[in-house]
Amino acid sequence: MFYIYCPYCKEHREEEEFHPRGQAHLLRPEDPENTSDEEWGDYLFFRDNPRGIHHEMWVHSVGCRKFFNITRNTVTYEILETYPMGEQPTITAETERVRKEQGVQAADGGWQTVGARPENKALNEETSS
Amino acid sequence: MSDVKEFQSRPTDTSRAESPLEWSLHEQKSLPHASNPGVILSEKPFMGQLILRGGAIVMDEAVREVMDMALPAKPLAVVSDDSGERSIQWLSPDEWLVIVPGGEEFELEQKLRQSLGQAHFSIVNVSGGQTLMSLKGSRAREVLMKSISYDVHPHAFPVGKGVSTTFAKATIIVRRTQEDGWELILRRSFADYCYRWLLDASREYGVSVTR
Ligand SMILES: [Zn+2]
Repeated sequence: MFYIYCPYCKEHREEEEFHPRGQAHLLRPEDPENTSDEEWGDYLFFRDNPRGIHHEMWVHSVGCRKFFNITRNTVTYEILETYPMGEQPTITAETERVRKEQGVQAADGGWQTVGARPENKALNEETSS
Repeated sequence: MSDVKEFQSRPTDTSRAESPLEWSLHEQKSLPHASNPGVILSEKPFMGQLILRGGAIVMDEAVREVMDMALPAKPLAVVSDDSGERSIQWLSPDEWLVIVPGGEEFELEQKLRQSLGQAHFSIVNVSGGQTLMSLKGSRAREVLMKSISYDVHPHAFPVGKGVSTTFAKATIIVRRTQEDGWELILRRSFADYCYRWLLDASREYGVSVTR
């Protein structure tokens, strides 16, 4: 079970109250009439499936019924941050790569923003190495 | 003034109104009545309930003017007036639930519409769609602990808080408006199910249902 911080209710809630709604930050092509079939097909049907950091849209469907974004590690299932619609993530695959190159443990750096901090920190460190 | 057509949804003639729990309570030939109940359930039927949506600032001004109350300033907060009969609950950043004694809601809706004028807002009368259930008694909290995953410990759930959450797979609103009890807001179509669940969950503590 995830324990997810809703940026609107401003507290952690059980996963049961939420629904995932796919990849976040998708932009509809501004000029559909002059968009190629391939671009339109990409927009409609094709989604990223990264190994590692992923930005997803979720909805707090039983609570405040607002949509928001989650930055999640698809390998470890860590939720690194949650943020309201219209905002940009502070943690991305790029920031994680830089952190790793500088020799900073991702398990420490990842928690600088709001998100679910697992009770078992040892478990977390194991997966991040 | 908005152009929305308003109508009085509460029958003013002799038509009989039935609360969402009418059938459930009627089906039980005699209501549970434990000698020393740990849990006391009672429906507060026919309350006036409005859903307000819009910007917090304009809505707050209108509510102050019409109801002499302020919108709850924090997420998950419920505020009540001095009599405890009228309340406003935060449901989301642009949505609030107003509960008033039955019969007041239509006039309140009209006054709010007048006060809000051409602002961007919506008011929906949901009085017929849901009902209030009061849950009291020394073991009331234990019944909630069995039924919802939300933390109902007094540290996490003080008086003046209300949340919309899952209750035995259904969706309900749980709120604490007073020290000694809880209020559950049940959707009409889930009311019978939730009521039966509550009876079952309360049985081991001794339960009384009052009308
Ligand atoms: Zn929420």
